[in-house]
Amino acid sequence: MLDTALAGLVNGSSYALLALGLSLIFGVANVINFAHASVFAVGAMSGWWFSVDLDWPLWTVLLGVVAVTGLLGLVINLVAVTPLAKAPPIAALLSTFAVSVVVDNGAQLVFGPETRRFPALLATDNLGLGGLRFGTLDVTILVVAIGLMLLLGWFLRATRYGRAIRAVAQDRDAAAQMGIPLARVQNLAFVVASVLGGVAGVLGGMYLNNISPTVGSTVGMSAFAAATLGGLGSLPGAVAGGLLLGVVEAFGVSWWGGNARTLITFAVLLLVLWVRPSGLFGKRTPLAAEPMTGTFFGAARTVRLKPWQVAVAAVAAYVVPAVALDDYTVQIGVQVVVYAILALSLTLVSGQAGQISLGQAAPLAIGAYTSALLTTATGMDFWLSLPVAGVVAAVLSVVLVSPSWRLRGHYVSIATLATGLLVAAAAVNFDWLTNGPSGVSAIPPPSLFGAEVSAPLAVYFLDLTILLVVLLLVVRLRRSTLGRIWSAVREDEVAARSSGIAAADYKSLAFGIGGFVAGIGGALFAQQYGYIDPSVFGISVSLLALTIVVLGGLNSPLGAVVGAIVLVGLPEALRMLEETRMLTYGLLLLAVVLFRPQGLMGKVAR
Amino acid sequence: MSLLELDSVSVFYGQTQALYDVSLVVEPGEIVCLLGGNASGKSTTMKTILGLTTPRTGEVRLAGERVSRLAPAGRIRRGLASVPEARRVFPEMSVEDNLLTGAFTRRSGVRAELASVYESFPRLAERRRQPAGTLSGGEQQMLAFGRALMSAPTLICMDEPTMGLAPIFVDRVLDLIAALNRDRGLAVLMVEQNAELALSIAHRGYVLNTGHIALSGPAAALIDNPAIRTAYLGA
Repeated sequence: MLDTALAGLVNGSSYALLALGLSLIFGVANVINFAHASVFAVGAMSGWWFSVDLDWPLWTVLLGVVAVTGLLGLVINLVAVTPLAKAPPIAALLSTFAVSVVVDNGAQLVFGPETRRFPALLATDNLGLGGLRFGTLDVTILVVAIGLMLLLGWFLRATRYGRAIRAVAQDRDAAAQMGIPLARVQNLAFVVASVLGGVAGVLGGMYLNNISPTVGSTVGMSAFAAATLGGLGSLPGAVAGGLLLGVVEAFGVSWWGGNARTLITFAVLLLVLWVRPSGLFGKRTPLAAEPMTGTFFGAARTVRLKPWQVAVAAVAAYVVPAVALDDYTVQIGVQVVVYAILALSLTLVSGQAGQISLGQAAPLAIGAYTSALLTTATGMDFWLSLPVAGVVAAVLSVVLVSPSWRLRGHYVSIATLATGLLVAAAAVNFDWLTNGPSGVSAIPPPSLFGAEVSAPLAVYFLDLTILLVVLLLVVRLRRSTLGRIWSAVREDEVAARSSGIAAADYKSLAFGIGGFVAGIGGALFAQQYGYIDPSVFGISVSLLALTIVVLGGLNSPLGAVVGAIVLVGLPEALRMLEETRMLTYGLLLLAVVLFRPQGLMGKVAR
Repeated sequence: MSLLELDSVSVFYGQTQALYDVSLVVEPGEIVCLLGGNASGKSTTMKTILGLTTPRTGEVRLAGERVSRLAPAGRIRRGLASVPEARRVFPEMSVEDNLLTGAFTRRSGVRAELASVYESFPRLAERRRQPAGTLSGGEQQMLAFGRALMSAPTLICMDEPTMGLAPIFVDRVLDLIAALNRDRGLAVLMVEQNAELALSIAHRGYVLNTGHIALSGPAAALIDNPAIRTAYLGA
């Protein structure tokens, strides 16, 4: 018992340090810094490099990490946050998300993707107190973490710039009138937060013993959960949330095993968002009215094609692969089509209804698993499993996300992120249903008029036809009364509600229809590969779907298709490596958000 | 030399012009009020003086020195201070931390200034450890004054200092402004909706109308001006 609690506290102190940084940045810049998790990873990796390759002693390792991550924090602010200060918060959310992808995958290119042992700089089992066994390592981690927290507290209370940070967090305009330089204070907040994150990386690395360049994404999500648990923007809340989550995770892992960690984290996160979104310590204020996407993308209108142009494109999409392309290229086409379907589901949710989803892999996974399990375990016909997959994905999407309709902006995105990760974690953990990490195999191909649809061209025709149906559905929906209501909710929820629109119901409907479309895509995905496992539906799929629609133009159905061709087709055709591909997605997303927020297929209304 | 001069200042927000050739001066030891209805350009004038917006043409001078391109911090070091609209104290910071934030641009003499502010406002000294958000409206206004005084200014810009206060506090706040002016020799530029009250303590006044200075003159003359009476005093 006590051992587990102590282990939880030690691990939780890393979460607390990270969560402190998240809350500090949220307070000063009103941005949820998705790149903060990557700072942890860079701290861990550079700490590993300083101690193993350069053989530095622990205190110089810490100093080196402070320098590296402090600089990284400054760069994140200057590249991804400051330029978007006048854009709505969603822009900075997307740009920091993009930076995290760039940093994580950049680190993989530099250090190599493999997991490595963090050297045992300190003993882990040399001390005892009563019946409790622990090591110098545990004591050091706790002392350094608590020391840093006290130092931060002193800095914020007793120094000129510390007070300035608090003043800016509480009232930006008034702070400016006191002569406080806002830009410099924001830089400082990012540096301080990132230094805390970097040190947490070293401490966490020593504690976890194994690290990899992507270690940040798991620990970082725990830190998001911790910061939300404590109340975003509340520093005591961040500490309490971090330690509490650490202890809860430790007990969960000791009861249910290591795989349960992510499941617990995201279940806790979703539960907090549902039950007490302002967190344990937060006030009820952070949910101010804030139309998320309207002003950001509202200036753009989508490029419209004439009916004959669409008809020509559709005919070409059927004819060209049949007469001119080899099987390999047609298989790429199949992938493009499936991702286009997934992206179209986001066009409804994020473009039309304005709810940014960072977890659209969830309905894809649910659809894929539903269809795969039904066709393998019960022998159901694919054609029946297809709508069932859509309906199950729709229902679960709504059930998981709708409790967060009381929330706005950032919180909805966090909830969707958590949903995406929760579904992947559930696929790993619920092995009685999903067969766990080993996945579902031997999924039979569908048959049509007695013939098996398994040749690449046949699969392509099937998927393309479904894509066209979905495209037609999305286009029709956008022009319907329902589409206009979604637009109203997106542009100004307060005004929409004042006009008697039940905004929450319409948002649920958007997620439901979007979930249905993504679920259909998932079923096609499963049949196409004949094999699925949880790793196929990671956060990179959600990111890819989002990047596709942002690149194509968030509110442009045609853009979703074009985006899928550019982002799925081209890298495949160029046979890019996985790491460089993710790096490219990240850079592209960042560039689009910074320089062309209306996307390729949007044009700015004049 | 005038403490503050605006010399034919024009300000634009994008394509929209908010101020047209606005000129005004504040002399040492003066209380000057800036009157005008909604969207007349009062707030833009204040922002331009504080350095929160930059004029497209024209000049802002503090004690004869051009400051049109200077950030707020530089202007505060040259003797300007601000009492923002609706007081805007930092609600979760203690009274003392609020005051210290007012001295952000100073590196020395902060403790002595703090003692002097506490002497002027004993109420603030009593509540120094209390979060500013828990003070009453009148006390918050005192804190906003005290915070402005922390930078040892020669001119304080006040944006609607009586806004949202209970009627009994309104007179007290005006007395306080008059006292600051009399005892410390502070010049005050204040924006007010309540023209009659403002003119009762001011020496001079300007009237803004759709971004232009429509009228100016001694307070006594303005208060008797029939145009003012109909437009702002409702008589």
